[in-house]
Amino acid sequence: MNPHRRSPLVIVSTVLVYFFLYAPVVVLFLFAFNSSKTNVLFEGFITQVGPTEIVSGNVIRSPCGAFHWFCELARNVEVRNAARNTLTIAFVSTITSTIIGTLAAIALQRYSFRLKTFSEVSLYIPIVIPEIVMGIGILVLFSQLFTLLNNTLSLSGDSQLTLGLGTVIVSHIAFSIPFVTLVVRARLHGFDKAIEEASMDLGANEIITFWRVTLPSIMPGVLSGALLAFTLSLDDFVITFFTTGPGASTLPIYVYGLLRRIVTPQVNALSAVWISIVLVVVFFTQRLQSRQM
Amino acid sequence: MNEFCVELRDVVKRFPTPEGSEVFAVDHVTMQIKNGEFFSMLGPSGCGKTTSLRMVAGFEWPTVGEVYIEGEAMGRRPPYLRPVNTVFQSYALFPHMSVAENVAYGLEMEKTPKYEIKRRVGEILEMVKLSGMERRKPRQLSGGQQQRVALARALVKHPKVLLLDEPLGALDLKLRKEMQLELKALQQEVGITFVYVTHDQEEALTMSDRIAVMDHGRVLQIGAPVEIYERPNSRFVADFIGETNFLSGEARAIEEDRVTVYIPSLKDELVGAKAAPVNVGDQVVVSMRPEKIRLASDRALPQNCFSGIVLNTAYIGSDTRVIVDLGGAPLAVWEQNKISTLDPEAYYAPGEQVWVVVLPENALVLQDV
Repeated sequence: MNPHRRSPLVIVSTVLVYFFLYAPVVVLFLFAFNSSKTNVLFEGFITQVGPTEIVSGNVIRSPCGAFHWFCELARNVEVRNAARNTLTIAFVSTITSTIIGTLAAIALQRYSFRLKTFSEVSLYIPIVIPEIVMGIGILVLFSQLFTLLNNTLSLSGDSQLTLGLGTVIVSHIAFSIPFVTLVVRARLHGFDKAIEEASMDLGANEIITFWRVTLPSIMPGVLSGALLAFTLSLDDFVITFFTTGPGASTLPIYVYGLLRRIVTPQVNALSAVWISIVLVVVFFTQRLQSRQM
Repeated sequence: MNEFCVELRDVVKRFPTPEGSEVFAVDHVTMQIKNGEFFSMLGPSGCGKTTSLRMVAGFEWPTVGEVYIEGEAMGRRPPYLRPVNTVFQSYALFPHMSVAENVAYGLEMEKTPKYEIKRRVGEILEMVKLSGMERRKPRQLSGGQQQRVALARALVKHPKVLLLDEPLGALDLKLRKEMQLELKALQQEVGITFVYVTHDQEEALTMSDRIAVMDHGRVLQIGAPVEIYERPNSRFVADFIGETNFLSGEARAIEEDRVTVYIPSLKDELVGAKAAPVNVGDQVVVSMRPEKIRLASDRALPQNCFSGIVLNTAYIGSDTRVIVDLGGAPLAVWEQNKISTLDPEAYYAPGEQVWVVVLPENALVLQDV
């Protein structure tokens, strides 16, 4: 018997895994082009281009043709606001958490200090804690803190501290740091401390050494940590849900809101665009992680 | 110009252990390294040689004592302000920089003009035979080539002292032998003081002008290779450098530089050379190099001649290595094969009765510590 022959069980399970992983995505993309206004049945593509014409809930003709729902989406002001919020949060929280997470990783790698084990464990606990617990925790913290500050500083009206973009950003930074630290530490694991000594031996002080030697050699780790933080922030629903305020909706929050009212293929169009962006980001993350020093 | 290029004056380095106590990595070390010298620190791992070197480089600071470079006390001066450069055991090349960038790094830090950097990098790469490799990354080079880049990177700065921390340790034996000769030639060419750390005694003997033999954080002996080998001052040095036989005994009489030692295992007396301070009545060891012992078929001398039985022989071409049972303990003797012959009678065979002859000047009497 050929030991390399694959058992039928392996083939079946592989097909099943891929089916359940990717069938929903395919269906989602397909429905983004649905001519039906509801998301129940696939009624075929929108084939005609021209002024919008709707017959008994089916879009017959659209100026954008098959991309009708994408055009509708682009015209949707709420979506644009949500997208802008999402990206603002993602960029700010990624940059901040990458800096803090990288420095934490370097400190944990290089120094031994009292409570080191404690700091390590406490850093990674947020990864295993259920997100909903984190979300509620952060919400309680912010509301207590804000009530206290608003009262003691006698803030009123617009100057009152409330939930909004700021609170979302802070909580996204908080949950991203452990992931960045984890990824950067993996990179630091094989780091030869002697190259830093070599740099100082050749006349560079600590700061020049960090910028010219330490950082460039761990850069792939830092970048993949940043990309991970970015995708986590883009995707996050639970923690954002608890910490967001009026006018600070992100795309996941907005989609959830839409679903409660009416499911139009706009949601699918939005998800399709979004998945495409995330796929590109993930692709680059993988490329970076597999790159050799 | 100062007579000593590098000087360690009564330097102590203690490290805290995880259990809360302290270990002496370097224990009251004093060394004076002359200008233009090839100086080696030799010892087993943990003897304090690397720590001593790192204190000269500035990666560690002495707990007590002072390091002087060109007569100037270094105190807690950081590595980037010291006129020394280091070749690391792991080479420590910058992985994200090309060969030329690696070598240019130190000159950039000195703010050397670009055209001069270019010229000096080219010169030094030619010297270490790496011309044409400028644009390669370290991972594209062999171990020997990486070693040369590390050497070029340190030498291009024209340091007062070049520190080398077991730079040949990662190379295979053949390449190591080649590099030993090259390093020595290079040192004579550039005339820079080399301070070389190694645990390989043969390497130290081959290259050094002087060697400091270290153990347990202390310097046991400093001297030229010939002094270290021919006149070791302690049991450890005699044992660590080359091969030797030890016989334990008691000093019975001392007459100028000759010591008469009673060897209980031989139930006989042996006359040896006084190589360390010993007094009558002291427990001593006699160190005898295997190539300095003679075998004879009959009693050749009235003294220092002992009867033994050949246990084992190994023919290795230039020598025949004979193990003799001498008073119940094995004794290694290397007989040079001075006559070319196939006659088995010309060589010793196991079971043969022999006389072991050792001249007093070849039997070094040392303190048994």
